[in-house]
Amino acid sequence: MPAALTNFATHFFVLGDPLIYGADASIIIVSIAILFVLTYYKKWGWLWREWLTTVDHKKIGIMYLIAALLMFFRGGVDAILMRTQLVWPGMHFLQSEHYNQIFTTHGTIMILFMAMPFIFAMFNIAVPLQIGARDVAFPYLNAISFWMFFFGAMLLNISFVIGGSPDAGWVSYPPLAGPEYSLGPGENFYLLALQISGIGSMGTGINFFVTILKMRAPGMTMMRVPLFTWSALAASILIILAFPALTAALALLLFDRLAGAHFFTMLAGGNPMMYVNLFWVWGHPEVYIVVLPAFGVFSEVVATFSRKRTFGYASMVASMMAIVVLSYLVWVHHFFTMGAGPGVNSFFALASMIIGIPTGVKVFNWLFTMYRGRIRMTAPMLWTVGFIPNFAIGGATGVMLAVAPADYQYHNSYFLIAHFHQVLIGGVVYGMIAGMYYWWPKMFGHMLDERWARHAFWWFNIGFYVCFVPQYLLGFMGMTRRIYVYPANMGWNTLNLVSTVGAYMMGLGFIFLVVDVVYSVFRGQRDKTGDPWDGRTLEWSLPSPAPHYNFARIPVVTSRDAWWIMKEARRKDTTDVSTTPGVDSVSVTKSKQNAPQTLAQAGKLKPIHMPKDSGRPFILSLCFFLFGWGLVFEWYWLAIIGLLGVLTTLVLRSFETDTSYHIPVEEIEKTEAAYGRA
Amino acid sequence: MNKLVRTKWRELALLVLVPFLTSGCGERYLIMNAAGPVAQIEQRLIYTTIVLVTIVVVPVIILLAVIVSRYRDTPHNKAPYNPEWSESKILEIVWWGIPIVIIGIIGTFTVRDTFRLTKPPTAETPLTIQVTSLNWKWLFQYPGEKIATVNYVEIPTNRPVEFVLTSDAPMNSFWVPQLGGQEYTMPGMAMRLWLQADKPGVYYGHGANFSGQGYAHMSFNVIATSSTGFHQWAQKVKSTAPPLTAVGYKNLTTKQDIVGKQEFSSFPPGMFEADIRINGGMYMKHKLTEATD
Ligand code: HEM
Ligand SMILES: [Cu+2]
Ligand SMILES: [Cu+2]
Repeated sequence: MPAALTNFATHFFVLGDPLIYGADASIIIVSIAILFVLTYYKKWGWLWREWLTTVDHKKIGIMYLIAALLMFFRGGVDAILMRTQLVWPGMHFLQSEHYNQIFTTHGTIMILFMAMPFIFAMFNIAVPLQIGARDVAFPYLNAISFWMFFFGAMLLNISFVIGGSPDAGWVSYPPLAGPEYSLGPGENFYLLALQISGIGSMGTGINFFVTILKMRAPGMTMMRVPLFTWSALAASILIILAFPALTAALALLLFDRLAGAHFFTMLAGGNPMMYVNLFWVWGHPEVYIVVLPAFGVFSEVVATFSRKRTFGYASMVASMMAIVVLSYLVWVHHFFTMGAGPGVNSFFALASMIIGIPTGVKVFNWLFTMYRGRIRMTAPMLWTVGFIPNFAIGGATGVMLAVAPADYQYHNSYFLIAHFHQVLIGGVVYGMIAGMYYWWPKMFGHMLDERWARHAFWWFNIGFYVCFVPQYLLGFMGMTRRIYVYPANMGWNTLNLVSTVGAYMMGLGFIFLVVDVVYSVFRGQRDKTGDPWDGRTLEWSLPSPAPHYNFARIPVVTSRDAWWIMKEARRKDTTDVSTTPGVDSVSVTKSKQNAPQTLAQAGKLKPIHMPKDSGRPFILSLCFFLFGWGLVFEWYWLAIIGLLGVLTTLVLRSFETDTSYHIPVEEIEKTEAAYGRA
Repeated sequence: MNKLVRTKWRELALLVLVPFLTSGCGERYLIMNAAGPVAQIEQRLIYTTIVLVTIVVVPVIILLAVIVSRYRDTPHNKAPYNPEWSESKILEIVWWGIPIVIIGIIGTFTVRDTFRLTKPPTAETPLTIQVTSLNWKWLFQYPGEKIATVNYVEIPTNRPVEFVLTSDAPMNSFWVPQLGGQEYTMPGMAMRLWLQADKPGVYYGHGANFSGQGYAHMSFNVIATSSTGFHQWAQKVKSTAPPLTAVGYKNLTTKQDIVGKQEFSSFPPGMFEADIRINGGMYMKHKLTEATD
């Protein structure tokens, strides 16, 4: 018995690596600390009532944000570990096995558990407020989405200390990821974690698609929808159409691994190239799923902080939609070197380059939104301006990679690594950080500190170039990706050293960002007006943080930049409208008439219909976690228990009729009065 | 603030340039040091695209700098402020138009060279070498000379080499930057890659697609010598090296290890084709015949 027990323990826990013991220790310490704080301050009830059971999109958004920042930290630590190993040719810091696990989890976490929740955070925080809605279309589903994501992320993260991390790369190509070459549970963790969180993403895609199409305030035609909301719509369409391909790929690979099927092994007639195709049919749209919302944030930020209308709104929308369509036609550029004929490669090369055109158009539109504006270099604007050169370079190297014959040389080299980090960091991360600074007062009622923001930005931004520009050159020097050691005589040493220094600078930048958050919670300037940036869209017409029901009265929208026009009408109340150059006088006069109702000052209040909180999304997702865990270790009894739990919660929900309530008028009046908006 | 930004940019430029300059002459930039016609085509294409994309990138960055410094919201800024100006047909045509033209040019070259690279680079009689990526080594078989090597490959100069690629392990990718771009090796499939060396030399090659624990060590050298040198070398291998037996081959494919250079005076005939077949090639007949006919 003890022998069996030790045998079990050595396979279950990852043993023998001091780094992992360190992780074990810190996980235990942090868990105990959290349990202690919750118990000591008697916060369990509060945690359950206010957060774990909430269906309020604003709170769900905040939870996504916290999760995204934590995962950014985890992925960032992975990145620092890798760069430390690569600082010098013969480093003995990480073993090959460990390095492989780290780049696999780094890539997976950054794309699926950092970028995805970050954009979902922004969707949840901003979209309903921007379109004058009281909630998303399916609030209960929204909570399920979050908890599915959360437990999926937990499943992947736990693999580091229990069972072992996946190590076949974030793309997880068979046969390497198949049962023959990836023994142990690591790869199962990957497959199930992505599958479970994928269900959540699908739910979010559907939710926001419906929300944006169906829940806009009266008068908000599609061509008056703020650009961030447009970008959320575009991303939702991409999610709905792309995620099924990933689901299929992961499920089939799971069958290969657990049930001995041969979908992706040539033996018995399967084909690994099929997996590669399915993966990238999802994978390429995925990069647009995460970058389009960043474009949306930049569009809002540029207009607000240039105090100017967005330039070329119609072509912004058109280019976004063009990207949605085109992004399904380019997936083969991820494997030009897999033997497709010249006709196929040419087609996908051309389609890939063509995406550069609408993307380039967006950059020019941002530039000309600033042109003849009045630019305030606040933190969100700093990240936006920092993004533009990044994206110009990243886009250019993207076009270079799309040139199929040239890609035969760049493929799988550090040139590629530099390129996608330039667009994923310079686009997605910069965009999400800009969005975080921008909407922070709306979420929490206080501003983030600008001084710390500057430290964070400059360290991160300069570190970024120091880290990744050398990698372009390393690519030209023939350095391949995913190697943990490299020969000393290739001339790669100095550039790798510089690159690592840059990674540390970025790490410091991230620390300053955290310092900013902590500092501002205590010392940050409070936002009393609800409109600290002099914003243009409807979320800024609300107090900060917005009340539970968002809008006491649903606003009536008469133009694009609805809130700005209302404010202009008030500012210009006494002056003649026609003296302002370029003003669309029709919209101004109209908005003047409508201004009183839309400013939540007129009209009778009515009781507000709201969804009830529910603990079931949490429990449902927990059961999914058990199900996934059971499959990872092939403990089928546990998987069945988990599955039964899932079914039970679903059935119970279907019998539930009492799922909503009304907020009485007196309570709304009281709340509004407390905000000084009687 | 502005001044601060400027000094930071200068520091940045230095940081970027110093390693570039100190890392020695351009010889280190392997893909810019083409040693044969295939790599030359790719290298020219790379230069062309760099120039063309620079035509867009540099103006964008300059424009950004100018606009941001000119339209700052400072109390005494005299620059025009035009908050409602948001449409301009002409400007939009310009920036839809310029990228379209540039992509048109790049696209044309791309298609031309994509087709070009599927054919042998020159008219000499090609040499065929069969390449198998293993866990974690490279096996090269010369069906003409009936010899085989591990982790290095010798080729004659000025003669197109047809590499026929497969894998008896996870996928990998066969890449010799100075001779031309890479191609995947996949179990059960045979892929073709044309390369040629114009200058004698030792060229660095590495597996480019991650294939597991020993992947970082999967480098090999391509040694290009004159035609006579090549034949002498083949003769020497033939007469001095041990044969590769079926058992030896089994050992090579099943042992997951990292080995040094090896050479063999012979190998069981049809081994390469058999390997593809048992790895699943039996389900893909057309591929097999196409690559080996
Ligand atoms: C914050 C600074 C970051 C640094 C210093 C960094 C560094 C690295 C390094 C060293 C690798 C491994 C290269 C190799 O061995 O082949 C890597 C791979 C990767 N990174 Fe990052 N990274 C960062 C941020 C990000 C972000 C924000 C994302 C995505 C949103 C991301 C996505 C990826 C992906 C997808 C891979 C490929 C993983 C694989 O090969 O399976 N990284 N990164
Ligand atoms: Cu792509
Ligand atoms: Cu294939």
